Amino acid sequence: MRLAKKDILDMESLSVGEIQYILDTAETLKEISTRPIKKVPTLRGKTVIHFFYEPSTRTKTSFEIAAKRLSADTVSISASTSSIVKGETLVDTAKNLEAMNPDAIIIRHRAAGAPHILARLSRASVINAGDGMHAHPTQALLDMMTVREKRGRLAGLRIAIIGDVAHSRVARSNIVGFIKMGAKVVLAGPATMMPIGVETLGARVTYHVQEAIKDADVVMVLRIQKERQQAFVFPSEREYAQCYGLTQEKLAGAKENVLIMHPGPINRGIEISPEVAEGPYSVILEQVANGVAIRMALLFLLLGGPR
Amino acid sequence: MENSRYLIKGGCVIDPETGIDGLFDIVIEDGKIASIENPQSAIRNPQSELIDASGKVVTPGLIDMHVHLREPGHEYKETIETGCLAAAHGGFTTVCCMPNTDPVNDNQSVTDYILKKARTAESVRVYPVGAISRGLLGKSLADYGELKATGVVAVSDDGNPVMNAQLMRRSLEYAKGFGLLVIVHCEDRNLTANGVMNEGITATRLGLPGIPNAEETVMVARDIALCELTGAPLHIAHISTEGSVLLIREAKARGLPVTAETAPHYFSLTEEAVANYDTNTRVHPPLRTGKDRDAIRTALADGTIDVIASDHAPHSSIEKDLEFDQAANGMIGLETSLPLSLQLVEMGLIDLNVLVAKMSINPARILNLGHIGLKPGNPADLTIIDTEKKFTVDADTFRSKSRNTPFNGWELKGKAVLTMVGGKIVFDNL
Repeated sequence: MRLAKKDILDMESLSVGEIQYILDTAETLKEISTRPIKKVPTLRGKTVIHFFYEPSTRTKTSFEIAAKRLSADTVSISASTSSIVKGETLVDTAKNLEAMNPDAIIIRHRAAGAPHILARLSRASVINAGDGMHAHPTQALLDMMTVREKRGRLAGLRIAIIGDVAHSRVARSNIVGFIKMGAKVVLAGPATMMPIGVETLGARVTYHVQEAIKDADVVMVLRIQKERQQAFVFPSEREYAQCYGLTQEKLAGAKENVLIMHPGPINRGIEISPEVAEGPYSVILEQVANGVAIRMALLFLLLGGPR
Repeated sequence: MENSRYLIKGGCVIDPETGIDGLFDIVIEDGKIASIENPQSAIRNPQSELIDASGKVVTPGLIDMHVHLREPGHEYKETIETGCLAAAHGGFTTVCCMPNTDPVNDNQSVTDYILKKARTAESVRVYPVGAISRGLLGKSLADYGELKATGVVAVSDDGNPVMNAQLMRRSLEYAKGFGLLVIVHCEDRNLTANGVMNEGITATRLGLPGIPNAEETVMVARDIALCELTGAPLHIAHISTEGSVLLIREAKARGLPVTAETAPHYFSLTEEAVANYDTNTRVHPPLRTGKDRDAIRTALADGTIDVIASDHAPHSSIEKDLEFDQAANGMIGLETSLPLSLQLVEMGLIDLNVLVAKMSINPARILNLGHIGLKPGNPADLTIIDTEKKFTVDADTFRSKSRNTPFNGWELKGKAVLTMVGGKIVFDNL
């Protein structure tokens, strides 16, 4: 059964039931990636455009692999090789892509709300692969899938998110998603990295990493963007690593079987120490593996079968 | 225009300047107000045309002291002619146009050009506002003497804040000598940074970079301090925050020559209007919270804010049909300003005569325009308003060249039905 919606733009517009259905479907489809012939004919004859305005390794590859494993035809556009360099607006690009009648457009864009423009102008399903600081719903879904796989549930868990929440679309989508599924979310970092009014989304804020880690079932570490120093968000990488970076010592107060997550790419030795990133609690690479399953599930649920 | 003779009959005349508030007839001859008479005693000159205003409100011509007419330089967004038409349709007899044209109105030639175009348009009166600083660059003063002699009524770097406090101080001092009003756009650019909407829960939810209230409030505080230092009149444009209201209220209580304006969108909308990344809601200062909106309403009611001005800022789809963070700031307002302001009366927040003061008498006084109010001998600038007329805002019917309004589709009550400038009818939908 298809999802009763055209687009996946953010976590706010997904219901608890829909999220569960997506996670269940992903768990079923995950097995396909372990077969010797990693391909099913489900989306044969469907066209999926991957439209990435911003650089991406993980998300782009993950989406392309997902589409290909379902036998969809895929086309990939990046900002530097498209008409954007000739000054074409997003609206015009969207209209032109629409004219070629694709079935889905996956978009990664620098600007919050860009996927909404595309969704408004296109009959194709639009999946947001990350827009500005706004949302990254497939990342949140794959994170939830990973946690649910390991813990068997999401409700009642305590999720600590550490770092630059203010500038992070991953954090926004995870806050909304995990809270919707009944988990508790605690955010930690300097006040310069906490978005104004985030408490109204149901998250708790602390400026002390250890406090957030204590009793946490999951510790999610966010990537630090080095260029934020120019906007006075933090003084130096050294100071950040000392005060907010996740190290073995800081993890001492955590639950015994805590899960360590990171959406990547990692700045080793800044927001997370190499020992923690590669340590026994890290599920960072399992997140990546589940990313393919989540994206297969979404493509299947949006494009597969009769509407 | 010379021989125009009208008798405006049966209207409820409201003029806060003369204190008139009731049923009166207005006799207009030779483009001037000849007399205001009791309905019984008014004798109709057989040569004068009758305007039946019964059931309507007649007010001194409305003045919008903050508009962008985009000419010269951005004629695809608006021209002086289309801007004047939009003004007339909105009930305005006079507009003041901001200097951020291309070239900037920081010299006699541009002022002359604007005035010439306005004369050719034969519509509403246009008073240009000159630049505070040459090129709006905040580096050196424009030639105020030349600007004043050519016809500007005020100076402003609107759109750009004057970040250099010393330049701001000198501007206030220097303008004093020419009787030029200084209009300030209060914004600390460092605090605005890359912000595109009000900082707060909506920006957090939408993932858009926020603009804190303080970007406006700190500059209001600075400019009030400079007003106190120089003793020069200061007019603060488009107030949007509660903090600014508190500072202005306190400055007025201390007797400083500070006046302030706000725009209809700041008392009609909140940041929540941005929710769907509608670029028509992108404006500077940004739409704020409900608390700020309420403070603006209170400030209008208690007199802290003297003027309602639209900040009419036309943009085409080229500037607006973009990602939210790429879109230009501004919305058009000339054709919605009065209906939105009348909602304040409808809500019982202010009386109609207070509204007329804020949209006509106060701007005329602040700008020292003369001929204020409906007095015999004054040019016949007046607006007839149907306060009961219900309508749906339809941007496609606007006279403005641009369509960038977030109010499209709004159900409103009350609008101008006739606009007269110097005894000439420039808009008639009576």
